[in-house]
Amino acid sequence: MSDVERILLGHGGGGKLSRNLIDKEIVTRFATEGPLAGLPDGASLQVGSEQLVFSTDSFVVSPLEFPGGDIGKLAVHGTVNDVSVSGAVPKWLSLALIIEEGLEISLLQRILDSIKEAADEIGVQVVTGDTKVVARGQCDKLFVNTAGIGRKIENINTGIHRIQQGDVIITSGTLGDHGMAIMAAREQLTLNNDLKSDTGSVHRLVQAAAKWPESIKFMRDPTRGGIAAVLGEIVEDQPFGIELKEEKIPYNPDARAVAEVLGIDLMHVACEGRMLLIAAPEEAANILEAWKALPEGKGAAIIGEVTGDSGRVILETQIGGRRMVDIPQGELLPRIC
Amino acid sequence: MKYIDGFRNHMAAKAITEDIHDLAAKLSGDNREARIMEVCGSHTMSIARYGIRQILPDNVRLISGPGCPVCVTDAAYIDAAIELAEKGIHIATFGDMLKVPGSRRTLADARGAGGNVHICYSPLDAVKLAKDNPEEEIVFLGIGFETTVPPVISIIKKALAENLKNISVLTAFKLVPPALEALAEDKDVAVNGFLLPAHVSAIIGAEAYRGFVEKHKISSVIAGFEPLDILLGIKGLLDQLVGNRVELVNQYARVVKSGGNRIALSLIREILEPADASWRGIGTIPGSGLKLREEFSKYDAAKKFKVSTEGGTPDKRCRCGEVLRGMIFPDECPLFNTECTPLFPVGPCMVSSEGSCAAYYKYSR
Repeated sequence: MSDVERILLGHGGGGKLSRNLIDKEIVTRFATEGPLAGLPDGASLQVGSEQLVFSTDSFVVSPLEFPGGDIGKLAVHGTVNDVSVSGAVPKWLSLALIIEEGLEISLLQRILDSIKEAADEIGVQVVTGDTKVVARGQCDKLFVNTAGIGRKIENINTGIHRIQQGDVIITSGTLGDHGMAIMAAREQLTLNNDLKSDTGSVHRLVQAAAKWPESIKFMRDPTRGGIAAVLGEIVEDQPFGIELKEEKIPYNPDARAVAEVLGIDLMHVACEGRMLLIAAPEEAANILEAWKALPEGKGAAIIGEVTGDSGRVILETQIGGRRMVDIPQGELLPRIC
Repeated sequence: MKYIDGFRNHMAAKAITEDIHDLAAKLSGDNREARIMEVCGSHTMSIARYGIRQILPDNVRLISGPGCPVCVTDAAYIDAAIELAEKGIHIATFGDMLKVPGSRRTLADARGAGGNVHICYSPLDAVKLAKDNPEEEIVFLGIGFETTVPPVISIIKKALAENLKNISVLTAFKLVPPALEALAEDKDVAVNGFLLPAHVSAIIGAEAYRGFVEKHKISSVIAGFEPLDILLGIKGLLDQLVGNRVELVNQYARVVKSGGNRIALSLIREILEPADASWRGIGTIPGSGLKLREEFSKYDAAKKFKVSTEGGTPDKRCRCGEVLRGMIFPDECPLFNTECTPLFPVGPCMVSSEGSCAAYYKYSR
């Protein structure tokens, strides 16, 4: 049963199916050694005396505009965030557009304006780009790719190998807003709420935490697959595990409403402007405080800690039960009843 | 969300759990155990999601029943849906059905190979699909229990009202009370309490179980899906067992009325009539299904496109049948977490997030 002959949508879901594909087809070819080994969010490159971080991401979101953002903002934030959580200050971006014949120019203008606005706000410059147009039906309105280069922040040295029992897990805000806002917009679920995508840049969060560089063990922006995928990947084959407290995890009530209706676990849902940071316990309160002082970190919270329970992510539920948190499998499918 | 959080309150859960432990201790003093079957898949999922099994005493066993509609759908039904998709017919379905293995393949595979398979959040999405694509044939996959039946057959009412000829329903509806009868009569199934479904009961009404409880003398509580609902349901069942009473109790009275939802029930009677139904892993249960009445047969996809939805050949090593009847726990099946995982499910219970095996895999491996 496990011989998949064609690419399925689930291969892009950020869960186990995606991992299998990448491990089998990408890692074997490109990532057995060198900067891609271990699949970090960005490649760390030594250029002369300078340490640079380089990363890329493609964006195919539908609808192109959604509550709280659009594909343009997402394309800037996604790459900026990958560069940022690699411990770097983002500086330059490339921008490639694949446009379907028939796209309204006015829509393209709005999205390009949005890209400019997001880049200006962060202080990154779009320095190279490409535009292709394909015939109707050969792409879905507009696909965007960005790549980004940043300068590494001194003394930040993150990686799974640095995580120890007793470290704490901090989130910069409510989880799953982006995925639920998109699903609600895509399916025109009218739940009378004003749920917005959390799309945003985490560069200032990284720079705020960088005051305590030694304490930062691991940083990641949880996108597809949500925090369940990120934490599940962290503990895999490790001598430690992670325990989360459900009542400490911040969720937006409107995102919860959509998730409850669709029967989706918000721990599996994408964010586009949030960060998970694993820190030594001594400085966790300082990092939390520094984050809370920023608008994008005002919902920050400590949600759990690293335990000795090897390879497992455990959730202590609201009612005091305990259960495993699994890496999501493939596509997020709404339940029947 | 305040309304929901009230039913997930930590302190209240603790108090009820203590009562459950006290009652269980009384049973334990008499060397008795509670074997409670939660009939509905949403209960199974909630129990796993909130870690309820882990806070219960050892002599209170929760056994997952056959109440996941996706899980009990015959492999041949999936095969038929795939066959239709391969013929170029548009399949509209709730998302859960996508990964269910038929005899060989899933609808997700069929979609990957170019088939038109649309995930719907509401059956009305399928009506819109039919209106927007008048040249195409749309088939909605009509599976589910009493809860799901009314919205699905509202497709037919819509199609009649708007004279749509390009939409039909492939039916494999299931009914809960006849399944309860079959479970109660099955000698291999040893349960002494039923946690009865929430939403199904909202449609059919609490009184629909009266005859069953009186005939089979098994303590039964209708419970909601929130963790406190489930804990209260379990407490109610233990209370009956300790007092040696057999009653039908409606713990979910804030939603479930004694007579059910009359509008939904009359819609069901108008369009459908009882039929025997084949349950994957269990077999045919008399009167446990619903089929379209003769006058609506032009909306019956099985007749319209001449496909058969029963008699598939699922993997013989799969023990879902025993899992569905509460005879074994999912991890007692040799395929569990070896050949059978949510990514590559062999049996139906691993497929839907409501399936017993999927819930076990996801939350308590």
